[in-house]
Amino acid sequence: MLNISFLRDARNRAIFFQVIAIAVIFFIGNFLYSNVSANLERQNIASGFGFFSKEAGFEIAESLISYGSQDSYLKALFVGALNTVKVSLIGNIFAILLGIIIGVMRLSPNWLISKLSKGYIEIIRNIPLLLQLYFVYAIFVDVFPSVRQALNPLYGFYFSNRGVVLPSVSDHPANNWIILAHLIGLVGSYFWFRKCKKIFELTGEMKARFFPSLLLIFIPPILVWAGYGFPLTWDIPQLTGFNFSGGITISPEFSSLLVGLVLYTSAFNAEIVRSGINSVKKGQVEAAKALGLKPRLTLSLIVLPQALRVIIPPLTSQVLNLTKNSSLAVAIAYPDFLNVSNTALNQTGQAIEIISLVIIVYLSFSLISSLFMNWYNKKVALVER
Amino acid sequence: MRSLVSFLLIFAAYSAFSQVKVKSSSLNTLDAVKKKGFVQCGVSSGLAGFSSIDSKGNWQGLDVDVCRAVAVAIFGDSKKVKFTPLSAQQRFVALQSGEIDILSRVTTQTLSRDTSLGLNFAPITYYDGQGFMVRKSDGIKSVHELSGASVCTQQGTTTELNVADFFRANKMKFKPVVFESNDEVTQAFLKGRCDVYSTDSSGLASERSKVKNPNDYIILPEIISKEPLGPAVRHGDDQWLDIVSYSVYALYEAEELGINSKNIKTFLNSTNPKVRRFLGITPGNGAALGLDEKWSHNIIKEVGNYAEIFRRNVGKDSPLKLERGLNASWKNGGLHYSPPFK
Repeated sequence: MLNISFLRDARNRAIFFQVIAIAVIFFIGNFLYSNVSANLERQNIASGFGFFSKEAGFEIAESLISYGSQDSYLKALFVGALNTVKVSLIGNIFAILLGIIIGVMRLSPNWLISKLSKGYIEIIRNIPLLLQLYFVYAIFVDVFPSVRQALNPLYGFYFSNRGVVLPSVSDHPANNWIILAHLIGLVGSYFWFRKCKKIFELTGEMKARFFPSLLLIFIPPILVWAGYGFPLTWDIPQLTGFNFSGGITISPEFSSLLVGLVLYTSAFNAEIVRSGINSVKKGQVEAAKALGLKPRLTLSLIVLPQALRVIIPPLTSQVLNLTKNSSLAVAIAYPDFLNVSNTALNQTGQAIEIISLVIIVYLSFSLISSLFMNWYNKKVALVER
Repeated sequence: MRSLVSFLLIFAAYSAFSQVKVKSSSLNTLDAVKKKGFVQCGVSSGLAGFSSIDSKGNWQGLDVDVCRAVAVAIFGDSKKVKFTPLSAQQRFVALQSGEIDILSRVTTQTLSRDTSLGLNFAPITYYDGQGFMVRKSDGIKSVHELSGASVCTQQGTTTELNVADFFRANKMKFKPVVFESNDEVTQAFLKGRCDVYSTDSSGLASERSKVKNPNDYIILPEIISKEPLGPAVRHGDDQWLDIVSYSVYALYEAEELGINSKNIKTFLNSTNPKVRRFLGITPGNGAALGLDEKWSHNIIKEVGNYAEIFRRNVGKDSPLKLERGLNASWKNGGLHYSPPFK
């Protein structure tokens, strides 16, 4: 009797079922874990993360930090993760910019421009990304000349099927200070923008924003540079033996992955931008016109703030998609995180550990980007007063 | 709702108490193979001479014939084998998980694979070593001229490590370009993405035999590693390892005894006790392995001895035209040596 009356209480029942649910999840997890570890032990397969500190023994084609085959597996995996971050970060910036351009073109009253961008969107969206990556990579490797017949359109610039080689600035102690001055200028211009906005909201007065911030960004680094006596030596790439040495090399693998991801994702982004702009009621634009706002101000003050609210949430999932799709790099030899993990998996044979690691890393990439996008979404969301 | 909860409860209770009784797919492979009626064999997805599909849709190659030999030993029929093409990456997981019974996929035996991967290796079926292929037009004569080169290799192989070791030991630099599949490596090399193609030298000969103008490419004389290639099975099933091992040894033993698929009939009346034991006329060997007494006789009759397998797949009668070299019988100065069949 006591038991029945206990369960008749809705709150008790809720707690009771939740406890059961947790217990069930725990038991299933425990079952899987113990089954896997018993199987591994029986088959004599090594387990655990002890391999992290072992010497990796393989080279990685491109790396943002210095890495050699004598470094550990952990460092090799980190190099791969950085390569994924690199291509996703740059890819997302370009995909969003290109998406905005094509999305706006799609709405253009000009028939040709609107149809061209429609064609672009429909073709790109409906072809699998992997196929596009193979295609772009084939263009890089097949169409570009061999390294010995590299195209040389400008002094120090070379294009070949080994990638694009550019001159770089040689190391000099002034360089770091110039970069620092540049960063300070950027921060300064951000504050100038904020101040202008405040003044505008208080008094309605519009201060010039663009030109002063340009000065803020470029004058300090030039001053620092002048202080050092304008040091500048270029590191010009030269063909020595098999490949170019010196300068910066952008590999065909990175380029094709970047181009493939940007083209693919920008088509989706363009549709999101179009839907966002279309969501702003016609009356809003007409009202702005009636008030005498210029077209540029109509766009920046009336249309965009309202459109962004519609654009940001679906754009977030495209940002995540690009990051996840970057794992297709493995097909075209770009050493991203999955590629390096696959090699590590093969050398160590510890599939379960490495696959779990891959899941965790991609999950955290996605969660971090969605945290950032949610924060931005909150910022542009409708503020009710 | 109630039935769902009770189902989950039963499942949880079951899983809590049944942890010890784990799935034992890999125990006693022979019984499992006999029950399903064929041997599942993991091979390379396309490496001329070792495992590739011919114009009639049949698998051909040295690795393939090793699997056929095992199938004949068990079933007396070389058709009772199914092939699973695997990438270098997938191969060990496929074997560990029980998806395949034998991995016969130009796999190098190494200490770590033998131990921490939970594998056991049957006898070596091909003694190989890693080599380098370059374009003739580059005018390279030795691997020591390769500093700064871009090197194409396949992912998940011993090749990747050997190249890194070799260049490090010789204080030379290189740029790796690593693809998942063999075909992409070949394409990238042919299109000039890299200067060098590195893999086992038999693999280089195999890839070169497939290109349009093989004479434009040369394989450098240096061999930088030992690559003993052989079939692998799961650790912990000794009977299965014995069957696979002795199926391979039977190929060597037949060559040593001079028995091949054409002349095997003439040996059936032999008085040589070695031959009689080998062909199962004097019984004992089959029972010891848990097989039919005619198992080794059937292997030679259906598949041939090692010399025949070598000649038709990678030797004189094949486009690869590889020399026997280390892969000759020990009687001819090679390394293939079979323990006595008694």
